[in-house]
Amino acid sequence: MSEHKATPVGGSLMTPSTRILLFVFMVGAALTVWRFAVGLGPSTGLSDGYPWGLWIAFDVVTGTALACGGYAMALLVYIFNKGKYHPLVRPALLTSALGYSVAAIGIIIDVGRPWFIWRIPISVGKWNLDSALLEVALCVMAYVMVLWIELSPAFLEKWQDSGNTGLASFSRGLSKFMDKALIWFIALGMLLPTMHQSSLGSVIMLAGPRLHTLWHTPWLPFLYLISCIAMGYAVVVMESTLSSRAFGRQREDKMLASLSGVTSGILFLFVAVRFLDLFLRGRGPLLIGEGYYSVMFWLETVLFLAPAIMLAGSRGRARIGTMFRASMMIVVAGSLYRFDSYLVAFNPGPGWSYFPSVPEIVITLGLVAMEIMVFIMLVKSFPILSGTSPMPAHRK
Amino acid sequence: MARTRRAFLKGLAYAGGTAAVSAVPAVASEPRKAPDDAVGMLYDTTRCIGCKACVVACHEANDLPPDTRGDVLYDAPQSLNDRTKNIIKLYQEDGRRSYMKQQCMHCIDPACVGACMIGALQKREHGIVTWDSDRCIGCRYCQVACPYNVPKFEWEEANPRIIKCELCNHRLAEGKEPACCEVCPRDAVIYGKYDELLAEAKKRMVDHPGRYVDKIYGEHDGGGTQVLYLSHVPFEKLGLPELGDEAVPKLNRTIQHGVYKGMIAPAALYVAMGAVMLRNRRKGDQGDES
Repeated sequence: MSEHKATPVGGSLMTPSTRILLFVFMVGAALTVWRFAVGLGPSTGLSDGYPWGLWIAFDVVTGTALACGGYAMALLVYIFNKGKYHPLVRPALLTSALGYSVAAIGIIIDVGRPWFIWRIPISVGKWNLDSALLEVALCVMAYVMVLWIELSPAFLEKWQDSGNTGLASFSRGLSKFMDKALIWFIALGMLLPTMHQSSLGSVIMLAGPRLHTLWHTPWLPFLYLISCIAMGYAVVVMESTLSSRAFGRQREDKMLASLSGVTSGILFLFVAVRFLDLFLRGRGPLLIGEGYYSVMFWLETVLFLAPAIMLAGSRGRARIGTMFRASMMIVVAGSLYRFDSYLVAFNPGPGWSYFPSVPEIVITLGLVAMEIMVFIMLVKSFPILSGTSPMPAHRK
Repeated sequence: MARTRRAFLKGLAYAGGTAAVSAVPAVASEPRKAPDDAVGMLYDTTRCIGCKACVVACHEANDLPPDTRGDVLYDAPQSLNDRTKNIIKLYQEDGRRSYMKQQCMHCIDPACVGACMIGALQKREHGIVTWDSDRCIGCRYCQVACPYNVPKFEWEEANPRIIKCELCNHRLAEGKEPACCEVCPRDAVIYGKYDELLAEAKKRMVDHPGRYVDKIYGEHDGGGTQVLYLSHVPFEKLGLPELGDEAVPKLNRTIQHGVYKGMIAPAALYVAMGAVMLRNRRKGDQGDES
């Protein structure tokens, strides 16, 4: 596997693009301080009718699904034993660790009384086992830690060669332990997303009568689970393509092509389950005549089916451009499905409306900017990406 | 590889099977009943004159500031909100009119309670749904879940609370009635034991044939509510949703408790995945072949 060895990309950490990202992040951070001073009313478009908005629907529900690359790749590499995908794992884990960390920060900004969050994991006797949200909260807290542990070999590898002898010997010791223990963390890293990504579907299922019947189904947890895996693979394809371009890495087209084949199958399954469920429960007629609900449903269906078809044949998968476009559509499809079920198809009754406020949008952009900035800085400094041979990694 | 995958699939099948089997008793579980000491209210649209004395009394009894934000009279809330736990609204259409009183329904199997992570909202004494500040992180899932849109959030506070009717449980403790029932000049809303209120509602329907819509809202709706309604106009016109007889949180409970019963299925899946990985590691990389 030596040809796949990950190395730091190297180069300066502060570039014009990271400076722009830093600026967007700082604006978002300042607005976050203001949000805590004035409360959620003046700072957001939220109301008693739409208590959840952009931060929950995007930063948390969609963001964690987009961060499922680490989960999806781990399933493929470690369970189905496809070692050839190994070079894609570390960058996928980094994207996941960052995505979930951002989601956790998003939750802290969104809830009204975040200073009590610590009570959730420790109040074991008070846990409400009926609550899917409790499960999501506990799993996400645990998974953020698991992801950084899964990624820790990348940091330990670098620190082992550090000039600081204390840090170096500490890293060597921890590395030995991690070699043995990592499997059990990886297993946890697959169990936790299986649980909470499906439970994100259960969470909105409780809205029951207020969620449009085209979206409300006992299959919500299952649909959320398989769509997040497809989104995870799509993000891996996009991330690999973009980083090979940005950092001059060897391309991984072959790997991506067979990965896309798996994704195509998942997408077909998603659409099939959805339609079967609708017809078996006699809700087929809702597919037309429900106004913009029907339109949104069909838009989602087209966005899921188109990439499924594009990636079904080997011809489509032979072209990196087709794969990239299909992956983008998958990301949009999965995101729209989540936005629709959490916001568009959620109807609290007449007289309520929601559109995100400017501060809500800017705070979200700030979080995304931070995510990209940290990704760039970490791949430059730590062995995350492989095949970066043309540009020798130079240390500062 | 075939053997590895078989082990994995076996693990999955075991996990899934366990989940399916343990889901059966949950599916078959009886609908919840109101507790023996349940209390509630009965509101009768034919008796309400829309004086809103109950709205004012509720503000006073619960130390809520009058809502002057509507920029009209001194206290004119537009709907239930962070200062209003009880409100009277007017329905008017084609010459028909009716008043409508809104407050927490105190469901027998409430969606908000099913949603709440560490039990800030719970059915406590007499089946009254109350809120405990120490257990709330302000996630607002109760607001998403409640089919009646009852729990309200203090949007303008830096340390916000959930505001909802708690059936004046502080007054009940002193041997008094809920403020709205006490001040109602026409007994349009009355307080009492749940069983007695249900009997009273049935008696009124028998005594006055044709006066009411042929149904007591809350007797079965959404699994039943401890606040009951009699009306002379269809309930959906008054904003009471058609929920069917099944409690809103029942589907979620069935799935959560089915899949996660005793954490057996997740534990089995975890061990199965670990075992597959250990075996994969021993056998080495399988590369491209499948």
